[in-house]
Order: sequence, then structure tokens, then C-alpha cells
Amino acid sequence: MDETIRTILAEHGHLPVEVAKIGDEDDLYQAGMTSHASVNVMLALEDEFDVEFPEVMLRKSTFESVAAIRVALGELTGS
Amino acid sequence: MSTETAIRVGTDVVAVHQVAESVERFGPRYLQRVYTEHEVMSCRGTPAVKAASLAARFAAKEATIKVLRPAGHQPDWRSVEVRRHSEGWCTMALSGHAAALADQAGIADLAVSLTHDGDMAAAVVVALCRSETGPHEGGEDA
Repeated sequence: MDETIRTILAEHGHLPVEVAKIGDEDDLYQAGMTSHASVNVMLALEDEFDVEFPEVMLRKSTFESVAAIRVALGELTGS
Repeated sequence: MSTETAIRVGTDVVAVHQVAESVERFGPRYLQRVYTEHEVMSCRGTPAVKAASLAARFAAKEATIKVLRPAGHQPDWRSVEVRRHSEGWCTMALSGHAAALADQAGIADLAVSLTHDGDMAAAVVVALCRSETGPHEGGEDA
């Protein structure tokens, strides 16, 4: 799952740094991800994992790190 | 009893080409998750013009959320709407969680200005907040 998350971040996160250099707990917004980029990341995650993020999960903290995204996807997929 | 006023300001910039990429990559799903029907209808013209208008509206949504200062989950993007009037100027319309946050903050009025030039679109939102205070704040009226 982590590798897929990182691939999506690399493609849609518009990060100014290499995703490989970002730690699991590193803050993606501090690394340069914008709110608009986080929408693209969300939509790409929905496509890849066949899920839909409900409104209550549309908070900055849901997409603030690789680890946070993994936890959110775990909740949505039940894994 | 007196009324105190405060001003909050939010601003944001969005790269137009990133919005164009989102429209191309995710199509209607991107538009439907982020923008209201009115907003999509307001953004007409060539794909480049449409992307610039959408980018300015996204900037206005983000600028408004900065003004609302949500502590928990963020309002749905669609609950923060840019209303374009026939004369060309725009206002903000809030609904749902966004409207509730505005009420909590005592926001009495919102003003917005949109702009775009080249690859950058930006918006500034100003909120006028009013709160009533009195000599018996926190206690019972005599």
C-alpha cells in the first residue's frame, strides 16, 4: 500500500522534493503539497483503491503524511 | 450591551495549469467534488480560460476556509461557493458546515476579489466578524 501511496504522491502531489526522500511521518504540506494538489491525491487514491473519501475525512490531517493516508485508507477499505 | 467588530483576511494562489491537468485527468468527478453547478456554469470559454476561472474559484474557496479557521474537519469544497452576478462581480455563499463555522465566528459579511494572470490565479477574502459583549457577559441578565 505504501508504495502505491508514494507513486500517487509523486504523480499528483506536485511536491518540490523527491517522494523517496519523504519519511512516513513527514508533513506533506510542509514539504510543499498544496490544498489543490491534495484534492488530486484524494481522487487518485479513490481511483486506485476503489473507495470514496466522505466529507468527514476531508481534513488536512487525513492527507498530511504517508502514514496518515495509510490509516485513512485502512479505515475505508477495512484492512 | 455593545458590539465588537473584527476583520479576518484570507488569501490563496493556485497554478492554472494544475487545474487544467485536474480537469483533463479526472474530468467531471473533479468538477463535481470541488465546484457547484453554478460555479462550473460560470466558467465558460476556451479550456484555458475555463481553467483560469476555476483556479480563481478554488483560490477563493481556500481563502474562505482560511477565514473560517476550522479546527476539525474542513468544509466540503462545494459548501463554499463563488456566486457570480450578472454584472460580473462575485460574492461568497456558504452552506452546511461552512455556514455553521461562519455563524460560530460571528461572521456577518464576506467580500471576495478574484484575479488571474498567466499561470497564476488568486483570491482575497475579507470577513467582518461581529460579537456582542455586555457588562454581564457569562452571567444572567438583570
